Amino acid sequence: MAAARSIPAPTPTPETAPFWEAAAKGKLLVKFCTACGKPHHYPRGICPFCNSDRTEWRESAGRGTIYSFSVMRRASPPYVLAYVTLEEGVTMMTNLVDCDFDALRIGQPVHVVFSPTDGGPPVPNFTPR
Amino acid sequence: MSIRDRACVVGVFEHPTRKADNISLAQLHAEVARGALADAGLAKDDVDGYYCAGDAPGLGGLSMADFMGLRLRHIDTTETGGSSYVVHVAHAAEAIAAGRCNVALITLAGRPRAEGMATGTAPRSYGPTSPDVPFEAPFGPTVVNQYAMAAMRHMHEFGTTSEQLAWIKVAASHHAQHNPHAMLREVVTVADVVGSPMISDPLHRLDCCVISDGGGAVIMARPEIAKSLKRPRVTLRGAGEAVKHQMGGQVDLTYTGARWSGPAAFESAGVTPADIKYVSIYDSFTITVLITLEDLGFCKKGDGGRFVSDGNLIAGTGRLPFNTDGGGLCNNHPANRGGMTKVIEAVRQLRGEAHPAVQVKNCDLALAHGTGGSLGTRHASATVIMERS
Repeated sequence: MAAARSIPAPTPTPETAPFWEAAAKGKLLVKFCTACGKPHHYPRGICPFCNSDRTEWRESAGRGTIYSFSVMRRASPPYVLAYVTLEEGVTMMTNLVDCDFDALRIGQPVHVVFSPTDGGPPVPNFTPR
Repeated sequence: MSIRDRACVVGVFEHPTRKADNISLAQLHAEVARGALADAGLAKDDVDGYYCAGDAPGLGGLSMADFMGLRLRHIDTTETGGSSYVVHVAHAAEAIAAGRCNVALITLAGRPRAEGMATGTAPRSYGPTSPDVPFEAPFGPTVVNQYAMAAMRHMHEFGTTSEQLAWIKVAASHHAQHNPHAMLREVVTVADVVGSPMISDPLHRLDCCVISDGGGAVIMARPEIAKSLKRPRVTLRGAGEAVKHQMGGQVDLTYTGARWSGPAAFESAGVTPADIKYVSIYDSFTITVLITLEDLGFCKKGDGGRFVSDGNLIAGTGRLPFNTDGGGLCNNHPANRGGMTKVIEAVRQLRGEAHPAVQVKNCDLALAHGTGGSLGTRHASATVIMERS
């Protein structure tokens, strides 16, 4: 298990501030469109599927599976870039943390953990369940 | 409006430098423009249309037009990363067909090597105003680990192996040995590639393209002008472009925008993949080539690993010779943008001016494909099909 990587702070925008405020409380939010019913990520004020502005935040269960990943061996310390598909149906970029990098596999169940950043809100990472 | 047979590539030039310590960025652009004009047999003042992308300094096309002393009645600075110049070829043909210019100049140049840029392994950020950045930059996406995720998923879904990917580098190295300007001229084996250091699973060092300085230029003109020149004539037959992204979180890394740009190019050209004698395929990484070949229809989705194996991409022995200059994998990837050199080598092949050891016999129809951005997030795919007239 590698030492934690220093994570640059995300910059919230007016439209995404609730996502980061929730993250600070350990909650993962997903944007849903009440017009077409579809979830999307990263969150937007206007649905990227149907262009409606009737989008709302819903709390994710924080569970998903690994869609793909890559261990960045060249970095010091190495870290794992990944896409995780949430049970709510969106796939998000993240890091896989607190795990044996060599034992990771696509399809593996994971759950969200929040990791501190350099002076900003925490970011949603995932770890095997 | 069809662009088929409405514009010709009349001049090409690839800068011979691979490390431009003592040449400024603007000077590199001017040198490749000068080289392509000389190749075409045209003068600077014949140019009335100009194309460049995000690699150009200052205010892009305006700064470069000022620097080179161009008098323009048409300008287009479409920025789609490394595929920009393939897009520009199609857009220039549209402009020429519409009568908006007679002679279009396209330039690319850059100095990432002289500037010591960690092209593939350092995260790049386009700043917090890019809407994706807060949701990606914290996780350390680099060029290489994003493409690596596409490779990982392809392996998972289709059983593609590192050895199959390695064959793409092997083929490029077979071609690069004949190119005196290529950065990597040593012929490598599958074992060399899979034995090279792991950069980001499953991509090894030799799965990655080179980092090089330099640039290139293309000049396009109306067919009547092309006929008046002394160079072999190359005509644009068809083109397609497409943007693929994360689709609101419906991420699918198993295909690229070539799934759309390819069929559009083939349809407009009125040909099929079986008609193509030579392909230039953007090769930022080995996986880029494999997925693109599938999406363009040279083999079925998922069969790319088998298709590229056993030297099938090597000129003279393989069924589909590719990147006979050594490509980005071995020759040159100027400004971290490989679209320009893809067009240039395809033109060399159609003219019969590739190195004799890699020249494809009776090469009358060639395809060049660019990928700009990242397979892992968002990218623009551009395909052009060109013909020897």
